[in-house]
Amino acid sequence: MGEFKVHRVRFFNYVPSGIRCVAYNNQSNRLAVSRTDGTVEIYNLSANYFQEKFFPGHESRATEALCWAKGQRLFSAGLNGEIIEYDLQALNIKYAVDAFGGPIWSMAVSPCGSQLLVGCEDGSVKLFQITPDKIQFERNFDRQKSRILSLSWHPSGTHIAAGSIDYISVFAVKSGSAVHKMLVDRQYMGVSKRKCIIWGVAFLSDGTVISVDSAGKVQFWDSATGTLVKNHLIANADVQSIAVSDQEDSFVVGTAEGTVFHFQLVSVTSNSSEKQWVRTKPFQHHTHDVRAVAHSPTALISGGTDTHLVIRPLMEKVEVKNYDAALRKITFPHRRLISCSKKRHLLLFQFAHHLELWRLGSTVATGKNGDTLPLSKDADHLLHLKTKGPENIICSCISPCGSWIAYSTTSRFFLYRLNYEHDNISLQRVSKMPAFLRSALQILFSEDSTKLFVASNQGSLHIIRLLEGSFKHLHTFQPQSGTVESMCLLAVSPDGNWLAASGTSAGVHVYNIKHLKLHCTVPAYNFPVTALAIAPNTNNLVIAHSDQQVFEYSIPDKQYTEWSRTIQKQGFHYLWLQRDTPITHISFHPKRPMHILLHDAYMFCIIDKSLPLPNDKTLLYNPLPPTNESDVIRRRTAHAFKISKIYKPLLFMDLLDERTLVAVERPLDDIIAQLPPPIKKKKFGT
Amino acid sequence: MVEEESVRVVRCGGSELNFRRAVFSADSKYIFCVSGDFVKVHSTATEECVHILQGHRNLVTGIQLNPNNHLQLYSCSFDGTVKLWDYVDGILIKTFVVGLKLHALFTLPRAEDSVFVIINKEKPDVFQLVSVKLPKSSSQEIEAKELSFVLDYINQSPKCIAFGNEGEYVAAVRDFYLSVYFFKKKTTSRFTLSSSRNKKHAKNNFTCVACHPKEDCIATGHKDGKIRLWRNFDDDKKYTYTCLHWHHDMVMDLAFSVTGTSLLSGGRESVLVEWRDATEKNKEFLPRLGATIEHISVSPAGDLFCTSHSDNKIIVIHRNLEASAVIQGLVKDSNIFTGLMVDPRTKALVLNGKPGHLQFYSLQHDKQLYNLDIIQQEYINDSGLIQIELTKAAFGCYGNWLATVEQRQEKETELELQMKLWMYNKKTQGFVLNTKVNMPHEDHITALCFCNAEKFENPTLVTSSKDGHFKVWILTDDSDIYKKAVGWTCDFVGSYHKYQATNCCFSEDGSLLAVSFEEIVTIWDSETWELKCTFCQRAGKIRHLCFGRLTCSKYLLGATENGILCCWNLLSCALEWSAKLNVRVMEPDPNSENIAAISQSSVGSDLFVFKPSEPRPLYIQKNISREEVQWGVFVPRDVPESFTSEAYQWLNRSQFYFLTKSQTLLTFSTKSPEEKLTPTSKQLLAEESLPTTPFYFILGKHREQQDGKINEAFESELVQLPLTENIPAISELLHTPAHVLPSASFLCSKFVSSLLLSKETKSSEEIPEDVDMEEGKESDDSDEENDFTEKIQDTNNTDLGEDLLHQLSKSEEKELRKFRKVDYSWITVL
Repeated sequence: MGEFKVHRVRFFNYVPSGIRCVAYNNQSNRLAVSRTDGTVEIYNLSANYFQEKFFPGHESRATEALCWAKGQRLFSAGLNGEIIEYDLQALNIKYAVDAFGGPIWSMAVSPCGSQLLVGCEDGSVKLFQITPDKIQFERNFDRQKSRILSLSWHPSGTHIAAGSIDYISVFAVKSGSAVHKMLVDRQYMGVSKRKCIIWGVAFLSDGTVISVDSAGKVQFWDSATGTLVKNHLIANADVQSIAVSDQEDSFVVGTAEGTVFHFQLVSVTSNSSEKQWVRTKPFQHHTHDVRAVAHSPTALISGGTDTHLVIRPLMEKVEVKNYDAALRKITFPHRRLISCSKKRHLLLFQFAHHLELWRLGSTVATGKNGDTLPLSKDADHLLHLKTKGPENIICSCISPCGSWIAYSTTSRFFLYRLNYEHDNISLQRVSKMPAFLRSALQILFSEDSTKLFVASNQGSLHIIRLLEGSFKHLHTFQPQSGTVESMCLLAVSPDGNWLAASGTSAGVHVYNIKHLKLHCTVPAYNFPVTALAIAPNTNNLVIAHSDQQVFEYSIPDKQYTEWSRTIQKQGFHYLWLQRDTPITHISFHPKRPMHILLHDAYMFCIIDKSLPLPNDKTLLYNPLPPTNESDVIRRRTAHAFKISKIYKPLLFMDLLDERTLVAVERPLDDIIAQLPPPIKKKKFGT
Repeated sequence: MVEEESVRVVRCGGSELNFRRAVFSADSKYIFCVSGDFVKVHSTATEECVHILQGHRNLVTGIQLNPNNHLQLYSCSFDGTVKLWDYVDGILIKTFVVGLKLHALFTLPRAEDSVFVIINKEKPDVFQLVSVKLPKSSSQEIEAKELSFVLDYINQSPKCIAFGNEGEYVAAVRDFYLSVYFFKKKTTSRFTLSSSRNKKHAKNNFTCVACHPKEDCIATGHKDGKIRLWRNFDDDKKYTYTCLHWHHDMVMDLAFSVTGTSLLSGGRESVLVEWRDATEKNKEFLPRLGATIEHISVSPAGDLFCTSHSDNKIIVIHRNLEASAVIQGLVKDSNIFTGLMVDPRTKALVLNGKPGHLQFYSLQHDKQLYNLDIIQQEYINDSGLIQIELTKAAFGCYGNWLATVEQRQEKETELELQMKLWMYNKKTQGFVLNTKVNMPHEDHITALCFCNAEKFENPTLVTSSKDGHFKVWILTDDSDIYKKAVGWTCDFVGSYHKYQATNCCFSEDGSLLAVSFEEIVTIWDSETWELKCTFCQRAGKIRHLCFGRLTCSKYLLGATENGILCCWNLLSCALEWSAKLNVRVMEPDPNSENIAAISQSSVGSDLFVFKPSEPRPLYIQKNISREEVQWGVFVPRDVPESFTSEAYQWLNRSQFYFLTKSQTLLTFSTKSPEEKLTPTSKQLLAEESLPTTPFYFILGKHREQQDGKINEAFESELVQLPLTENIPAISELLHTPAHVLPSASFLCSKFVSSLLLSKETKSSEEIPEDVDMEEGKESDDSDEENDFTEKIQDTNNTDLGEDLLHQLSKSEEKELRKFRKVDYSWITVL
């Protein structure tokens, strides 16, 4: 494996924003997650929970509701009063429609998927018709006194339940008038609170309405008579979310105490058909408010202020104990937020609204393996670059030479030139960007920093030659005719001849930059690509997929390499395949062509292609080879995968030079420390 | 009387009442609890023991009501029998001989002719639940050998077995799994919790189980204090459970209420928790129950709960979580430091009770009389906390004074010591703290004794301590300008060559004090406190020291740690005799010269009774207990026995009780167990038809009397008439609307005065025309023919009462009529 000097970076002060809504789509097995900064992320649950797509946030667009409609269409509504539909192909916003009811608090799609209902601040419930390319306002329901915080359709589509403040209304969809108004007890642990907010309602096909409210209650109502049937007091704080399974035999609620409760419909006795709802298991995977829950057929999904997305499989629904049966906690985005200038030892950190440029510290000391070396020069915060406008940064990059920084928001592309004079640094914006460079999904500089590659959201790839202080547009690769799929990942060969680009689902395209034409397309694979890189000298393209498979494709030969075929034949170690997070970065050692360096959030791995592959019987994780054993044994137990789990959660790792690594960690405790304090709970014995 | 029978060691009450769950009768009037080899029937209203069901020859391990006849009770025992009782009359109906050691008993309404028992066939730790078919037969003793196997590898405790849904399934827990056996399907499902391998779940062990009476829901208690509610357990995959967590320590027992709406749980916190609707947020507490809750049971009528506690008590609790009755046995929770003592006033056995308390336990009634709080501090139940221990106690001056010593030692050098002197207050009938002495000695107090001689008007107390001193404390006048008071002060401090004082003892007349200093015994004159002489046998430290009594008062006995028993003659100041005996307990009989010594050997403990005057023992009983005997005491008999046999004469005037290491209280008896404890309180058996009002006691006794009369005098026609009509005054009283009756205090004084009057009349025999009166006299006469015993005294009294009642009826009738006619219309004017 070799010894490295590692820069252990912990000053990347990144805090993901809290999760506000989740929406599960049963047909495509995808999960849409919206965060408090307006970002919407799409996770593919079939592809190892990989974050396939994301829509960057916007300061004024606080999402309050998110739902899927028929035909895989995703809608969101927020406090700016707009209903937004997302274009899942082009990864941009299709359109925004103002509902004219003030901030929108809730939204629900009719069971048939053709109608959209929104609940507004002014107490109105508005019905929209979903047309193939837009939504059309249809009518208003009876206006209520206070804001509509939650909505739910009866599975037959004839009635809806709307949760407001202190009461729940049941509307007949046909007439649009309120049939019942069910008042909720304001009592909170014996004390009368000022208001009882109905955070969520669920309408079951037997006419039961389940409500969750700010007094910590889960209540069952009979919508036919408008009476309370059963009351479960489950929390001392608000119960904020509810999600019912499709079979209506279980539901899940999330509380502000961070607990998720599972309720199940169980028969009272084995020989009677009478059934009752019983609170079964509590899950405490969150420290803060659980703002959103979803119920997939096999798992409970929850997300909240503590920024984790937790997917907890239901053991009784899992047939075999496999990869899907494990609890998943997704905290970090599955894309790179950090880029590195190897030459100048610079790191560029991407935040939602600003960029930070840091120079790594240095040391003159030497030590043994495992020693922590004292820094002779501390890390320097060189630059803090704030974006203009309310939009979030989509992507950013620093050139390997360190003299260029590029970043993009949804509507604008920025390129900066950096000048270094001793310790001073000056920044100069390159103005007059061409009109086609409006929004980029991925930016990449060539190894010699003379070319800039931009993947735009129209599916085209632009190549720009950078000169001292100016630029020149070289070429644009237009997407294949008929597809509008955007490219999300780019990789360029170190000699600058080849450019590889990958979209969300289709295969990887390899372009010849010299001749400015498409060289070849790597055959499409079922799972999305998570990382791409082209090896120096050999020009082998290494592709990592979300199912943890790694392929090596020889660009000059237009075929998979021998090693890749061998490993596909033999298969990866089962522990390798059961890893939790996707590989987000691949790099190569300049002096050791047989090595591939890659990492995910919990491990860093060097694949030595010259060594034998491990089979399922060998130990995959061998932390450090025991030094006392003879070389023979060490050689025998050695295999191609050298894995280090010292650094976690690892957000970025790259080789600065032959003997130096940089590792960027973001400890979870540091994130929690920056979150607002959770609800204080008395813990016994403290 | 009974001379032929040999002396046997018998367990004499004080048995564990908390060994198994108590059982309520169907009408919640009685509560049954196991008590050693017996089953006790207590009244839930009065706490009194109504019956003792005797017949088992070993520990009773389970009791259950007969589900087909709620006036019958099944019990099972280690003696291998299941017995069926009529508890109302206290009669054994049938005995079913199973022949195996039975560990627990369960009954089901569905299984009419069979019961379920836990047995242990092969391995010592593997228990089986089997169903025993009880054959129908008219004979008293029936063999029941038809066993059918239900569940294997279960826990021994009946808390770990529960039948659910009217016997559709049985749930059993052990270690980390719950198994459910379905009788219809004949299948067993097993649910396992992650065990100690995972550190987080290290205390997941199941401790108890209960089944919901109406729904398919099983509640299990766990070692970490969690309660799990299992549902859907008929499906191996879809089963699910909820957690309820309040207890911080092991859940000791669980019980559902009769309707299943609430779940009761208890544990070491001594708090009964009621979980309503099985929700975590909706719970009620009954705190401060005094000791760890071991068992919880619910009455079939649903109005009462009861909890059995580790300090050998049963608390009967109302549905609204109010404790209504306490049945307290001998507390065995703590270490006995004080030894056994006899309170000279109540003749109760006194020893350590609850932490920090001294308990007064009545041997006759097998119940605790009261607890005296000595330490007077809140007891904090926490392991690892060093508590204040009550180490010594002694009664003096015929029970007028009580001296107690408490100590707490956190570190070697930090000893906290306190001596308290309590005076008996006749008004409050209890002990009142008189003097508190902080650090009476520098080191542990080893012995404490009062001078009980009559000639000493001034009470004297001697304490000996490891610090090498003995101190004499006397009662002095402590009056100040406000009031008269007395207090104790130190009068004399004695020591002998800096040896540790290990024992002290006054002679019977109080003239001499013997104090042992390690190996040396010193004799001091109690008048002048000067050293008279010393004895030294060089045979090890003196462990016990006592003077002879009565005719043997010239002897001093000392037992050493090296197993030598020495007897010195105080007149000749020489060793009279010595014997090799490893004495553990040496107790003089206060009523005779006899001294009992219990020696410990590898096989067991032996008893020797001897007189100090002769080295040959009067009586030897080998192997009285396999365990080490820790304490013993002679309790004077109320009525002396008259054993003619020489060997048993030592039992004539006192009875010897001793306590073994496992805190079993044992005694010697010659009687058969059946007659040893006669149910003294048969009269208290409440009548089914009458409510327990104050009137009931008058009327109830009257009716008993009437019943007696049926046998005696057939001519009495009044018997057929309903009772209340019998006595016009009472019927008047009962039928008059309450709002027109005068105040109760007014009526009461009338009642009482009439009672007094009639007594006078009776004694003077001025009213001869009363027929009832004559009858009463008749029975009176017949009574007098018999021997004078207490029981007859009792009936005599009831006769008297009845007479008075009739007397009252005549005079009171008019009185009441008058009241009825009084015009109360003037009240409206007010």
